[in-house]
Amino acid sequence: MVKIEVLGTGCSKCKSLAKNVEKAVAELGIEAEVVKVESLQEIMNRGVMMTPALFIDGEAVAVGRAPSVAEIKGMLNR
Amino acid sequence: MAREDESCEEEKCLCASGELLFLTCSGGSNVGQISNKAAVELAKEGRGRLFCLAGIGAHLDTMILAAKERKLVAIDGCPIQCATKILDHAGLESALSVVVTDLGIEKSPRLEVEAADCEKVVEKIKERLRV
Repeated sequence: MVKIEVLGTGCSKCKSLAKNVEKAVAELGIEAEVVKVESLQEIMNRGVMMTPALFIDGEAVAVGRAPSVAEIKGMLNR
Repeated sequence: MAREDESCEEEKCLCASGELLFLTCSGGSNVGQISNKAAVELAKEGRGRLFCLAGIGAHLDTMILAAKERKLVAIDGCPIQCATKILDHAGLESALSVVVTDLGIEKSPRLEVEAADCEKVVEKIKERLRV
């Protein structure tokens, strides 16, 4: 099962990314654990100084922007 | 520059706002320290964000991914241009490059930052950004 982490403290961009992730997972029909990381301290400790950020299986794939549903699907299909 | 999401609180959010990142050499000389201080002042004025050149130098994915999406301003203290070279090594290119010694400020091992020197760099960068 793929682990997807959405890092952001909860502003509109972060929420938009979380929605896009949920939609991408649903459209692909894959099993995924989606985790929202909202602690500013934890986000900074992960080396993220700009949010939102997206990690797939522990690897940063987007930082400082919210990729579209199509882009996230492409990232998950890699 | 206003934050894109007004619901964000500056101290509690890292929400990506604006397109400009300042990356400074922050070297061990007066001009290195001026590069950092000038970027801090520009960031405080809301002209962009101070970003971690060390993170780029360490080739951290999180830093490089964020920097790739934005316009970068490299502020180097002297003509050795370490900040610009670090960006080059990481495959990044600055939209604007400023060298403090090019503004008539002499490099010295002293670390004190003269307010007038810092102001000169800040004003030059603002001028270059307006073009």
